[in-house]
Amino acid sequence: MTELTEKKLKEKFSDFITEVIYFRNEQTFIVNKSQILNILTFLRDDPELLFNFLIDLCGVDRAKRNDRFEVVYRLFSLKNKQSLRIKCRIDENDLNIDSVTGVFGTADWHERETYDMFGINFINHPDLRRLYMPEDYQYYPLRKDFPLLGIPGSIPLPKK
Amino acid sequence: MKTTSEQQTQKSKILESLLLKNTGFYIDDALESGMVLNIGPQHPATHGVLRLLVQLDGETVIGCVPELGYLHRGYEKIAENSTYHEFITHTDRLDYLAPLSNNTAFTLAVEKLAGIECTPRAKYIRMLISEMARIASHMVAIGTMAMDVGALTVLLWAFREREKLQDIMDVLTGARFTTSYTRIGGVANDWTSQCSSMLKKFLEEFDHNLDEMEKLLNTNKIFIQRTENLGVISAEKAIDMGLTGPNLRASGVEYDVRRAIPYLDYDNIDFNIITYKEGDALARYFVRCDEMRESAKILKQCLDKIPQGPINTHDPKKVLPRKADVYTKMEDLINDFMIINFGINPPVGEIYSSVENPKGELGFYLVSDGSGHPWRCKIRSPSMVTIQSLPLLIQGHMVSDIVAVIGSIDPVMGEADK
Repeated sequence: MTELTEKKLKEKFSDFITEVIYFRNEQTFIVNKSQILNILTFLRDDPELLFNFLIDLCGVDRAKRNDRFEVVYRLFSLKNKQSLRIKCRIDENDLNIDSVTGVFGTADWHERETYDMFGINFINHPDLRRLYMPEDYQYYPLRKDFPLLGIPGSIPLPKK
Repeated sequence: MKTTSEQQTQKSKILESLLLKNTGFYIDDALESGMVLNIGPQHPATHGVLRLLVQLDGETVIGCVPELGYLHRGYEKIAENSTYHEFITHTDRLDYLAPLSNNTAFTLAVEKLAGIECTPRAKYIRMLISEMARIASHMVAIGTMAMDVGALTVLLWAFREREKLQDIMDVLTGARFTTSYTRIGGVANDWTSQCSSMLKKFLEEFDHNLDEMEKLLNTNKIFIQRTENLGVISAEKAIDMGLTGPNLRASGVEYDVRRAIPYLDYDNIDFNIITYKEGDALARYFVRCDEMRESAKILKQCLDKIPQGPINTHDPKKVLPRKADVYTKMEDLINDFMIINFGINPPVGEIYSSVENPKGELGFYLVSDGSGHPWRCKIRSPSMVTIQSLPLLIQGHMVSDIVAVIGSIDPVMGEADK
């Protein structure tokens, strides 16, 4: 099944797949972020693959000079009981990626969380607000340059 | 300091998202008495610190925006700064109604990343504790749901059963709630014969007690009328919204991680996946009731099948040694020191591992850079995803139905807010 997925994806999007990784029986595709909507739509609608369940979507800060951030999608096929990971690398200078809320409704809050924690901007997201942190918070807590103890004074205390 | 105008803009951002959203929901005979109601964060019916902003027309809900973050403790950040062993204690505080399943979920993820497998006996102990946690959690779910729609007795009867399980957990782990029981490569304490006899006694009475509880609700006209056809979600929509666990199975989708991606020894256990077609609040209640019966079935089989043998894998670089050995043997002292201070150093790579928790699929996405700390630990919490679909479920219902729907989807804020 994993071979079929790889073959089909490479046929269709050969120019946009940078790398395929296998680790502990898990398949990971690193793809170009410009095609993420097309790739996820293809994986969802292909009659043989049917990756119709977006289990998880999250960001990763790799703390590298180039392509600092990653957005990770984890898909599951309810029919084939098969899962798959898609990753897009995002440069710090261009923190934009297409929102996939149109393909999977569940992506809505996952993308809001990723925006909240990493500051990645999801284009065409219906309601891109912070999910956990206060609305007027200025920092992105899960970035590696954010200290564990937080930044003193960044959340004002209530008036006595 | 925030000025008053800034505070006002902050408020209006949440309000904007409520008022500007095109819900596509209109009432023909609009009462022209629209108002915005704020429910929570401190409200007993929201099961924690969930805040809802509800737009009303008369008493009908037109739109709803849930607001999270009141219990956000930054567990993903904490995970990045603690060793894999240290983070096990934090998983107790995720879904605090079923800490034992969270412990199991996290250790399974770390074991997959590090490439070790626990012993057969530890597998069975983990299955026992997971199923015990499932029954305990569903008991609270059913009890509080019944309480939300006005049936108080069920809550007390549910907690009576739950209390027996808590006693077993107390004997087994030494704590009732914050158990921190599993270890990488095994579990902390062995399953004793005292636990077995306590669990057997519980299981003997359980079917009868559950029947009694169900009699209170299943023939209760008020309960049925309050929950039937309430908060209906179709199978396609439920998949699209990423629902998992009992909430998904109540819509007729047969997805259970224990069967879909088998872990531990669930392959060799006989149990059914409970599905209902209706997808309403009542179906979600029925799924939970029937799942508890299946859990009891699994527990009985585990008690019969549990093998003898060690509870910890032999892998000195990754598995903590016994305390008695640390005090008496040089190598174990060194290994203990290295594991505690520098961590278990799994290879560079990334994995996702998930288990079927009482609330749904709890997954951990771990990225390792080869050091003792995870580089990234993402918690895929089922409750957060469930609350996301709340606006869909309560649209068009009455204000008093909101609490019934929240009770039926059974979110836990400790997990939703991470």
